[in-house]
Amino acid sequence: MATTTPTIAAPRSPHRSSRTSWEMYGWIFMRASGALLLVLIFTHLIVNLVMGGGVSQIDFGFVAGKLAKPVWQVWDLLLLWLAMIHGTNGLRVIINDYATRTGTRLVLKSALVLAFTVVVVLGTLVIFTFDPCPVGAPADLLPSFCTAG
Amino acid sequence: MPEAPAGTLYRGREGMWSWVAHRVTGFLIFFFLLVHVLDTSLVRVSPEAYNAVIGTYKNPIMGLGEAGLVAAVVFHALNGVRIILVDFWAKGVRYQRVMLWVVVGVFVVLMAGFLPVHLSHVFGGE
Repeated sequence: MATTTPTIAAPRSPHRSSRTSWEMYGWIFMRASGALLLVLIFTHLIVNLVMGGGVSQIDFGFVAGKLAKPVWQVWDLLLLWLAMIHGTNGLRVIINDYATRTGTRLVLKSALVLAFTVVVVLGTLVIFTFDPCPVGAPADLLPSFCTAG
Repeated sequence: MPEAPAGTLYRGREGMWSWVAHRVTGFLIFFFLLVHVLDTSLVRVSPEAYNAVIGTYKNPIMGLGEAGLVAAVVFHALNGVRIILVDFWAKGVRYQRVMLWVVVGVFVVLMAGFLPVHLSHVFGGE
């Protein structure tokens, strides 16, 4: 009846964590999504605030005209998800830095997760279930293609 | 449990202040984003509901707020590129201070291009 001796790593052997390096993936995600968001958001701002009438042109007809096109649906969906994950992770880091009490961190992060979930689910549903020509709406509020045919 | 540190001033100068500005602008943009998704979601309710709420974005005070928001976004984006270069470019750390002044320069140029256009949309009464 031989007893097995536990193997112990040699002193000064490199430390290997068994945990997945989530913080490193987060760090990479912030940079990758940030680079993508720069292109997505600058285009978003130029199309909505600079071209045409800028902020004064924005109404239901303008937004519906954009969201009826697949390219803007994909654009806005990417914007929504990437910006929300990037921002939520940023807020998580800020909470970790300044909320020193465990209870405070728990409350703040719970609120953060709730806000993330509500906004992402709501925004995604709107993009996928949106009708640019709702029945019964006044024609002068709708994009022109609703009445063209 | 450790208490809050007595002071949060790090080494000061450009490196720390750009970090502070990145944090503050990111924080502000995040809360605007929450509101922005909620107001845009009104397109799913009715054209009238959306137009009523978006109408408040067109008054002059909100127009100035939008200018501030765009300024925050532009700084955060440009300084973000600087952070990526500090992390991945071999000479990034050596030039981090120079790169901040490049960020400030590009920021001024972009805002000088944006503000007249935006403010004429806000105050031009189109």
